[in-house]
Amino acid sequence: MSVDQATVRRIARLSRIAVSDAEVPRLQGELNAMLDFVEELSAVDVEGVAPLASVMPMQMKKRHDVVTDGDIADQVTKNAPAREDHFFVVPKVVE
Amino acid sequence: MSDAAANVSLSTKRFEDCTIAEQQTLLANKHVSAVESAQSYFAQADRHANLNIYITDARESALARARVSDEHIANGTARALEGISIAVKDNYCTKDIRTTAASRILENFVPTYESTVTQKLLDAGAILTGKTNLDEFAMGSSTESSFFGPTINPTGEKLGFKTLVPGGSSGGSAAAVAAGFAIAALGSDTGGSIRQPASFCGVVGFKPTYGVCSRWGIIAYASSLDQAGVFAKTVGDVAAVMDVICGGDAKDSTSIENQNLAFKQALTQPPRKLRIGFPAQVLKAGATADTDRVWQRARDIAAHIGAEIVDVSLPTFKSALPAYYVIALSEASSNLARYDGVRYGRRASNPRDIIDMYEKSRSEGFGPEVRRRIMAGTFTLSAGYYDAYYLKAQKVRNKIVHEFAEAYKQVDLIVMPTTPSSAFAIGSHAKDPVEMYLEDLYTVPVNLAGLPAISLPVAHSSSGMPLGLQIIGRQLSDELVLQAAARFEAAVKALG
Repeated sequence: MSVDQATVRRIARLSRIAVSDAEVPRLQGELNAMLDFVEELSAVDVEGVAPLASVMPMQMKKRHDVVTDGDIADQVTKNAPAREDHFFVVPKVVE
Repeated sequence: MSDAAANVSLSTKRFEDCTIAEQQTLLANKHVSAVESAQSYFAQADRHANLNIYITDARESALARARVSDEHIANGTARALEGISIAVKDNYCTKDIRTTAASRILENFVPTYESTVTQKLLDAGAILTGKTNLDEFAMGSSTESSFFGPTINPTGEKLGFKTLVPGGSSGGSAAAVAAGFAIAALGSDTGGSIRQPASFCGVVGFKPTYGVCSRWGIIAYASSLDQAGVFAKTVGDVAAVMDVICGGDAKDSTSIENQNLAFKQALTQPPRKLRIGFPAQVLKAGATADTDRVWQRARDIAAHIGAEIVDVSLPTFKSALPAYYVIALSEASSNLARYDGVRYGRRASNPRDIIDMYEKSRSEGFGPEVRRRIMAGTFTLSAGYYDAYYLKAQKVRNKIVHEFAEAYKQVDLIVMPTTPSSAFAIGSHAKDPVEMYLEDLYTVPVNLAGLPAISLPVAHSSSGMPLGLQIIGRQLSDELVLQAAARFEAAVKALG
């Protein structure tokens, strides 16, 4: 499996990472090297093996749907790069 | 031993060379105060600032806490780790202390809350000396990908090798213990990030069973693999810290409740005969002069402690590495989606629109290795490729879990080298990023199976650099792993 330059651009877009035209060939090479590296997986026989998502055999924990804290809007917004009062400020998204 | 006798034998030992238990005796008997202890560790850090071990040193808050510790000691209310200096990897959120994950995107992030594990340390009276360097977002095996520059391996520096890496990703924490900046340090281990730097720096590094320590407040890399753990100079010190930091946590749904683990106590239990597995496929995979030395040493130690050596089989061992990278990178691409320049972290200036803001903030904020890993993980999760990569890797993971389970029907523990070689030089894997991944050959299968494992220094390379041996247990046999490690540690001393 190898990716072309259009795929590199599409993946960058999906990843929300800006990539300049000059960077695309290098990234293509690096991604292909990574895909070559994991290619060995295709040779492993996994017939009848279920995919494993959680390594500990445990029941999903549930908690009561109750308020456990609150009134910490100052803390929540403290590290925001742009804020007004207790709002996060972002560039305009609706014309 | 009486207290007086203990003091006589301790008086000939430098405080920094003492174990946690010995330091506690000296603190209790007022031979040294917690403030003096912390100051001596910071003096050592100042003398070796060139090693670039701390991203943020926390001496102000540390000394304030040390004064509180001295009050507790004076009042007879000393807690489990009262006045004991511990360094913390900079991916644990620490309230009011900058937490960067060694990334530019979090360069100015100051958490408003404390991770569960560091809170437990603070509640036990420990002094958090500072935040140690790591590979950016814990993605790496050398600490070179840190935005704050590489850390120098202190053990190498003492031998005259000035540019060896300390390993990674918890390289700063391993180096902090090796260089005497703290008696112990916290790390995190996703694919070997505690054990590999422990091996490179010549210290002990323990990764517990997945779920033994809460991951709440630790900056996530790959959530199905990440686990907190400890560096120290001795197995006994690891046990002392583990007793404090283990335990279930309502804030981490993957943490294990009702563990009843008591590490220090476990080390006082009488030894029993051990059956130790030497996996044939691992012996063959990637053998080097250094791994040969470690295997030989493991045989000598097993013979010394009267353990039975058993051949075991892990047929899919070699495929663990690609399976690990697919799973880790897929999870990383999802976990790191949160860095959007909105709620915290770096935001690019003058964006065209909100998408441009996300893309530029992330492009400027993440280093090259993190960008590569996010993009690779995005690809392996994307439509049309999910089955071939992510799903396949999860099936291979299951196979590896079953192979370990089969092996543990015959043995109590499995041993193998921690790393293919001793510490390498800064920049030696710079040309080919994938080459670096091969460093994790022996460590990642343990994370895939969620097993507890410890690395302890057992041998030296031809150049005199330390080489670690991993002792790997079945899930939740963490106490047995430490018991065995303590016997191995004693055997290494006895064998010389």
